[in-house]
Formats: sequence, C-alpha cells, structure tokens
Amino acid sequence: MSDLHTELKKSIIEQLNLEDMEVSDIENDEHLFGDGLGLDSIDALELIVLLEKDYGIKLTDPNQGKEIFNSVNTIADFIEKNRAK
Amino acid sequence: MKGVAVTGMGIISAIGRNLNENHLSLKNAKNGITNPEILSTQHSHLPVGEIKLSNAELATILNLPENHSYTRSALLAVHSVKELLENSGYDQFPEGTGFISGTSIGGIDKTEQHFYDYSENPEYRKYIQAQHPGFTTEKIAEYFGLNGFVTTISTACSSSANAIMMGAQMIQSGKLKRVIVGGSDCLTKFTLNGFNSLKILSEEKSLPFDDDRAGLNLGEAAGYLLLEAEEYTSGRSVLGRVSGYGNANDAFHQTASSENGEGAFKAISKALNKAGLSGSDINFINAHGTGTRNNDLSESVALQRIFGKNIPAFSSTKGFTGHTLGAAGAVEAIFSLLSIQYGEIYPNLNFKTSMKETGLDPVTSIQNKEINTILSNSFGFGGNCTSLIFKKDE
Amino acid sequence: MSRVYINGISSISPQPERVFEGLEPHVSKENILHAVDLNYKSVIKPIMLRRMSKAVKMSLYCSKMALKDANVQIPDAILVGTGQGCMQDTEKFMGNMLDSEEGLLSPTSFIQSTHNTVGGQIALDLNCTGHNLTFTQNSVSFESALIDTQLQFEDPDVENILVGGVDETSEKFTGFQTLDGQIKKEKIRNINLYNSNTPGTIISESAAFFTLGSEKKSTSYAEFIDVGIFNSIDVSDISSKIQKFLKRNGVSFEDIDVVILGRNGDHRFDKYYDEIQNGIFSGKSQLGFKHMVGENNAVSSYAFWMGAKILKEKKIPENFKLNTLNCDVPQKILIYNQYLGRNHGFILLQSL
Repeated sequence: MSDLHTELKKSIIEQLNLEDMEVSDIENDEHLFGDGLGLDSIDALELIVLLEKDYGIKLTDPNQGKEIFNSVNTIADFIEKNRAK
Repeated sequence: MKGVAVTGMGIISAIGRNLNENHLSLKNAKNGITNPEILSTQHSHLPVGEIKLSNAELATILNLPENHSYTRSALLAVHSVKELLENSGYDQFPEGTGFISGTSIGGIDKTEQHFYDYSENPEYRKYIQAQHPGFTTEKIAEYFGLNGFVTTISTACSSSANAIMMGAQMIQSGKLKRVIVGGSDCLTKFTLNGFNSLKILSEEKSLPFDDDRAGLNLGEAAGYLLLEAEEYTSGRSVLGRVSGYGNANDAFHQTASSENGEGAFKAISKALNKAGLSGSDINFINAHGTGTRNNDLSESVALQRIFGKNIPAFSSTKGFTGHTLGAAGAVEAIFSLLSIQYGEIYPNLNFKTSMKETGLDPVTSIQNKEINTILSNSFGFGGNCTSLIFKKDE
Repeated sequence: MSRVYINGISSISPQPERVFEGLEPHVSKENILHAVDLNYKSVIKPIMLRRMSKAVKMSLYCSKMALKDANVQIPDAILVGTGQGCMQDTEKFMGNMLDSEEGLLSPTSFIQSTHNTVGGQIALDLNCTGHNLTFTQNSVSFESALIDTQLQFEDPDVENILVGGVDETSEKFTGFQTLDGQIKKEKIRNINLYNSNTPGTIISESAAFFTLGSEKKSTSYAEFIDVGIFNSIDVSDISSKIQKFLKRNGVSFEDIDVVILGRNGDHRFDKYYDEIQNGIFSGKSQLGFKHMVGENNAVSSYAFWMGAKILKEKKIPENFKLNTLNCDVPQKILIYNQYLGRNHGFILLQSL
C-alpha cells in the first residue's frame, strides 16, 4: 500500500469522524458509499474540501465526485494525475 | 372553510422598503439582485438580494437611541411591523396581541461581528444573547409593547411560513384574538459561507425552474401579517384569508429534498385538505423555487404528483428578492396577497429552458387575471415542508 | 380538543435519574454543568452518531426512550423546544469561518447548526413525515412546543405527539455567558445555589422528551392540562397572572398541591418566585430543580419530567424540596419558570 493510500485513509477517518475505524479497516478497493463504508452525500462534500485543502485540486462540478470517490484507489489515482501540491 | 382574516401587512426586501415599492417592482419585473455592498464579505462576487440601508440608517428611521442593541433582523422586522401597524387601522396593538416570528439565524450577524470582541470589550457584551433567535423576537416585541404570547419558530427556510400556520391555528382554536405572524432574516457571512460550502450558491442571478439553474442567491427581508379573529374584522378591510396550511417532513436527508418530493406532496395535500379544496381550485402557485438543482426538481415532481397534467400557473419570486431564508414564507405570503388584491400574477424571472425531467414552464411575464386562491410553498433544511393557501375575502 | 395524557417520558441531565428516588446528588464545583453521558451507541447507529452534537444525541436518545415507554412506534408530530439550538456546530462553523477569513470551509457543521437539526434528525431516524416544528424562544421554548401540541391535538386524527426540550453547552458561546453576567462570577457548588445572594446562575445541558397521547393508558403518568406564555410580567402582577391562568382551567390557587419553581439563585430575578412562595403558595409543597440540574433555556422540560413522575409515583422527591411541607396525594402541579425576568411559562399537570 502506498503512502498516499494510507495518508488518504487517515484523512478520511479524521475528516468524516469515523471514530471507531482504523486505517486497516478500509480496503483500497472498498466502495466508500452505499453498501461499502456507508458514506453519504454530506461526506462527498467533505471529500471535495479535503481534495482542495490537502492536494490543491478544485472540483468545480460536484457530480464529478461520484466516480472519483468510488474507493480509496480511485481517489488516489485522481490525486496522482491532478495534484497541485 | 372561510379562513383566518389578514387585516394588515408590512414588508421590506431587496425590491422595496414597503408594500407599494415591492408591488411596483413585482409589476415591472425589476429584481433586487446585486453584489453585496452593505454586508462585508470576502465573497463579494456572489449576487445577493440586499436591502440598501445600513443598520445606522435603519436605526435613524426607527428613532432608536444610539446605544440600542437591535440586530439587523430586528431592525428590518420593526421597519415592516411599523408598516403593518399603520395599515391595520390601529394606533397601537391592542392588549393581548400575540407575536410569532420566524427566523433561521436571528441575530447571528452580531455574533460574527463581535466574536473576538466580547472578552476584551465590555461595550459589545449586550450582543452576547443576540446569537439566539428569541433575542431578536424580544427586541421587536419590546418596540411595540407586546408582552403576552411571544414566540419564535426556527425551521430554517420554512420558519415564517410555519409562523403563519401556527398563528392561524391559534386564532381558530380561540387561544388568541389577534396575532402578528411572519419572519425576518438578514444577510450574514455565516449563511453566505454556509450555503457556499454546500456548493449551492449561484455565481450569477438565480434561474428558478430552468434546466440550466446553478444554485440560489441569498437575500434578506422581513415580512409580517396581522391575523385577527372574525369578531374583530367588521368594518375593517380584510386583505385575504389564510384558508389552508400543512407541514410535513420529508424524512429523507438533512439538507436535500427527496426525488419524489414526498414532504412537499404531503404538505400540499394537508393544506388542500384543511382548506376543503381540490387541486383544480388553485388559481396560482407561488413556488419555493430556489434555483438549486435539487429543490426545483423535487418540488416540480411533487406538483406533478398533486396536480397531474393540470398544474396551475406557477412561478418563484426568488429571482426578485433572492432566497430570504426564514423570511421567505412571509414575503411570499405577502406577494400572494398582492396577487389576490390586484389580480396579477408575477413572473418567474430569468427563465429560458424547461427542465428536461419535467418539461414544466413557469409564468414568465406579468399576467392580469382574477385570482381567488393561491398556494404558497416553503421548504427548509431538516426536511421541513410547509404549504399555505390564501383566499380572496368574499 | 381531546384530553392530553403523558404516556412516555425520558430525560438526560447533569444528575442521574435516581436522584429523584433520593440518590445522593452529583455535586459540581464548576458553574457549567454537563449532562451525564449515556450509552448512545446502544440506540443510535455509529454511522449516524459520528456527526451528532450533544443536543442531537441527547434528544434522539430521549425520544426513542419516551416513545418506547409509551409503546408508540411513530408519532403523528414531533415538536422541539430549544433556546440555543445546536450551539456546538454553530461555534465550530463560526470559528472556522472567522479564523480562515471566509476560506475553504467544510459544510457539515453548517448543516447541523440550524435550530431544527434536532427535530429533523429525529424525523429522519424514525422515518416520521408528520408535522415537525422547532421553537426557540429563550426560556419558553419548550412551553411554545407544548402550545403547538395542544393545537395539533385539535385534529381528531392525531393520537400521539413527541414533544421535548433540549439545550447544550459549547465552549466559547457558553463561556460568553459568564462575561455578560448570566453565569455567576464566583464558583459555586450546585447544591448551594439557593444560598447564593449574587447575580447570575449555573448553566447546564439537558434534554427531556415526552410521548403525549389523546388516549389514557393504564401506564399513563399524568394529564397535561394547560400551558401559558407571557413575555414580560411585573413582579407585582405575577400572582394575578398565575391565578388568571389557573382560573381559565377552572382551578383555584388553593387547589394546587405542589409548585415546581425555576429558582436559579440569581438574586436579581428570584424575587418572582419569592412573591408567590411567600404569597399564594406559602402553604404548598414547593420544589426547585436548578440546584440539581442547572439552568438552561429548555430546562423546564426537566420540571415537566419531574411533575409527571411525582403524579404517577405519588411521592415528593426529597432532593428537590424548597420547604418542609409535604403532600401525601399530589393531584395538581403548577410549574412556573422564567429567565432573567422575561419569558415566563406556566404549565398545569393533573393526576389521573
């Protein structure tokens, strides 16, 4: 697992108040929304803030988030391609 | 049902400082959306419906002493209740007049201005309690000497619609003979940044019910109605009647409306039922229509579920005033009563393209026709949905 | 209107519930009292719980308990009184916004800052689409919700209403209440509150929710008779206002067995209570509760909880007594509360 994946999991747990979870509880390809981790649309907005704050990536269309936030893998891929910091 | 008599009203909004100015702007399709000039914010590019009077100017108009502790919402409210009092025919509100005010954020403008001042500067501490909506309501009550039943409803964007509903019920149940109902909300950094963080503010003028709509514009306003029991209305002018009302909860999401508009559907159904009317009796709908992707679609679906293929003429007036949050229900109640009074339907500004999903077109230019019955919708965070029905006095 | 019965009750306060049964009360050395923490996880899913502030947690917990107590699944309406609303989230969003000078902000705390977050979250959890209002008028927030309860029960189809009061504390905002004199400057133990002769009081967080029903059950606690609200009253008029309120219910002040009073140790405003304690109710059993659970804008809901228990259990709780008078079979209770001399609320309860 890359450092980015671990870093992302840590930030997700912290930013989304997933109090009882640890990095090892989230699989890289696990669905973050719906049946997987059970995140919702408010979390999606929090993840948009996280991308901008930590990686300098600004999502203009919230609908873009649906694919990007599928799993930790998809977020990491997106960050690798687009990061500004 | 005859409905509860409205015997006075008053308003201040971005399109006018009184009923007459608001009426003229509505009639001439003149919107009040500009960049913020009075509200000091980093987001000066976001259009808002701002009342171009500073707090100091408002305080002067209202003759308040220099050391007053009125919040901006209280100043706006007192301004509009003064107009209400003038056209109600009373010199002062009779003993026992109740007061129900709706607001989403009350006096939080003072909290954001003085958050860092309180510990060092005792002169600002008079605003510490202003954060809580009841404080603003009490200031208004104090100004007019209202010392009996005084309360505040805070259900986000349906607050003042709920105040009108509760007032009507208080009159019908005989608990009150006379009650001032409505609401007030001012522009604040708190709400502007909050709605911005939800990514539902439009960087252009809002386009309610348009396929290309990209969010709402915030606004500020105060609007109040005087409701009176039947025995006090003889020989006085009755401006219209509150004949139906209903509140329901969408129970779907903290901020978003459900796809099938369940809460809205239930609220409208309850209001029709209360008024003893069917959908075909409604001449016009003043829609909530904020201009967000989510609300306008959900509301349209609810309208289709209620009215089927025969949806009455409808428009959202948020293109004129911006979304005035807790005050919106009262502002639109007053616009509805103006429609009834003057036989006019006010247009839904900025509309060009129908939504793909529904194909519904709102009214886009002023229409003159007799209006007897209007449905007015107000929906808020927390799934809070309220519908009111106003009727012409017969 | 049908008659209204209290069919389910639940409360959370800085005191354990059994303080009512005579358990030694918790003594706080601070002037800001926190509610006892309960096992919220036992009734609220972790994925929901993770974002909830204290007010939402306490309210949802009490709501579920009060409904269960009355054996009601989904009420016909949800009514909440909260004077200060979701202060913790308001403070969080406000702080972030000001510190970042309106920079990039996360939306969750804004969403949860609205006053009707509590009512909305209860509706969401219960999937309850009924009438849902939130009242926020200082110390008559809960009383306002009770008035709406009466209005909703005028509809014959309405059988059960969930109604409650809640207020939470937050670090900075509650701290401000010391600066403007709402909280006592000197530290005081809660149990010594009534010996105090200084301005201010002790502030707390609490929640109490009730299932009110149009049908009397064998398990009902009491009957809720009436509620009244007055924004301002002169001290000299308080007795006559109370008598007028009682009279409209066909009750004389002499018929009242127990008065539950909102005394809070603020020497500037306790004179309202002095007036009736030494006057019309001098011969009656007098109870206080703020020396136990502190002051907040919704704490009269705790008095309502006490009243319901007293009438069901026919027992005057020792820990709450302000005088030595007793009453063997309490039948009528008057609750009177105000804050800073304004927002006066009267509630009348009756035994079954």
